[in-house]
Amino acid sequence: MATEVRAAGDTLTFDPDAVRAAFPILGQEMNGRPMVFLDSGASTQKPEAVITAEAEFYRHDYANIHRGVYDLSQRASDAFDGARRKVQAFLGAADWREIVFTRNTTEAINLVAWSFLEPRLQAGDEILVTTMEHHSNIVPWQLVAMRHGAKVVAVPITDAGELDLAALKEMIGPRTKMLACTWVSNVLGTVNPVAEIIEIAHAAGVPVLLDAAQAVQHVAVDVQAVGADFLAFSAHKIYGPSGVGVLYGKREHLEAMPPWQGGGGIVDRVTFEGTTYGEIPFRFEAGTPDIAGVHGLGIALDWFGQFDIRAVEAHETRLMAEAQRALQQIPGLHPLGDPRHRTGALSFWVDGLHHQDVGAMLDLDGIAIRTGHHCAQPLHRRFGLEGSARASFGIYNNEADVAALADSLRYIVRKYG
Amino acid sequence: MTSFAERAQELRDEFALFDDWRDKLENVMDLGKALPPMEPALKTDASRVQGCQSQVWMVGTMEGDRLHFHAESDAILVKGLIALLLRLYDRLTPAEILANPPEVLKEIGLERYLTPSRSNGLYAMIGRIQAVAQAQAERTA
Repeated sequence: MATEVRAAGDTLTFDPDAVRAAFPILGQEMNGRPMVFLDSGASTQKPEAVITAEAEFYRHDYANIHRGVYDLSQRASDAFDGARRKVQAFLGAADWREIVFTRNTTEAINLVAWSFLEPRLQAGDEILVTTMEHHSNIVPWQLVAMRHGAKVVAVPITDAGELDLAALKEMIGPRTKMLACTWVSNVLGTVNPVAEIIEIAHAAGVPVLLDAAQAVQHVAVDVQAVGADFLAFSAHKIYGPSGVGVLYGKREHLEAMPPWQGGGGIVDRVTFEGTTYGEIPFRFEAGTPDIAGVHGLGIALDWFGQFDIRAVEAHETRLMAEAQRALQQIPGLHPLGDPRHRTGALSFWVDGLHHQDVGAMLDLDGIAIRTGHHCAQPLHRRFGLEGSARASFGIYNNEADVAALADSLRYIVRKYG
Repeated sequence: MTSFAERAQELRDEFALFDDWRDKLENVMDLGKALPPMEPALKTDASRVQGCQSQVWMVGTMEGDRLHFHAESDAILVKGLIALLLRLYDRLTPAEILANPPEVLKEIGLERYLTPSRSNGLYAMIGRIQAVAQAQAERTA
């Protein structure tokens, strides 16, 4: 499997069958049926290119990075630094120093909460989030808010599952110190108009963090075009390895931020009287990172970058529309929300049937979905629900997956609904 | 009143009729649909069993020297698991409950449900049954 970077503009024709064939795990059976994987919102599967590249890295190029004077360490460092530049290019960031490697999106958000926001937070301040946030984009803000008598306030959403922009304009004000907003909802699939949201926030002088965990694998992302102050995503949701996350931060913000975790790699000079901090982004990367994982992310971005993102988006949007159409015809089944622009996730509930039962029965037909609150309890409460069943889509899903889901759901609803 | 050993054998015989996992699970779901509802007054915070994706309530009351369990869930599958547990343990003495861990559930093919990280709550419900029995055993000792 080739893993080379292709020149810009040299994109492959999007062939869903060929894409699917690149994922060895998808060929298996689950409970005696061909597996239908519809849980990519939780984590995507990995193409052979990523699996091979990470294994080959351990076979031939692995050593600890930076500070090594020997050739092997230098090769590993080059792979690591190269991955950072790939992420920079992927996000459209102005500078490679604006890319910080973390363990995941959650850690990236915590870093901003503690290193950027906490020092400037005072009693009575507000942090705006939205009702559709994942807990990872709520709880870190609550933790810093609690320390200073500040508040986390949620901007409401509409019945269709879209952000109420008029409410946002009313709620944002002099007390607002931060706006943390998801680009794509992990439950509703709603694609938020992030450029417009950031414009509203910046007009009020409020910095914005975008949770892009459900966005980077589905829509074109350009941090400069939308004007994000911070953006976080996880490698494992964009066909890369688990254990690696990315924080993008505007250079002027990162330069002003103190380290969050202490350790090796982040310092300039250490004495027992005090320590001076190193440069960004290393200041935020204490300890030995997931070197092979970061390399794997770079390879995943190479792989993903082969395809025109608009073709990926068109394929996934068409599948989701088809799924919504098929599911809506099942009596007693209700999709959650109906946003104008939806990608990735389609959640639903069934009259008289617990989502756990739906998931367990789909499993019998070899269909993998996720059930529960999907780490978005406030969102489910907004719709009067405890949880839901979520089918989420990736680049490798196809019409047969949608048909299998709809067939199985029709049977389940007829038998138990 | 049948002994635990007799009840376990009944479950073994019943599940031996099903060859595949689908049939077994559908049998559990059918048992769940047939589980009688729990008295609403017994569904309290104290009777809630944590560790399940659905809501589960379970309480035990002494009837003579035997423990009688009341339990329910809002998911059919979990109600089915409750029905199996009640068939094994309802109206046994606390000593008999404590002397008989539910190994038979593995034998009938439910081993995949018996780990603490599973979201179905079976592990937590067994823990509750044993805790209630333990508390009663200590009280009468």
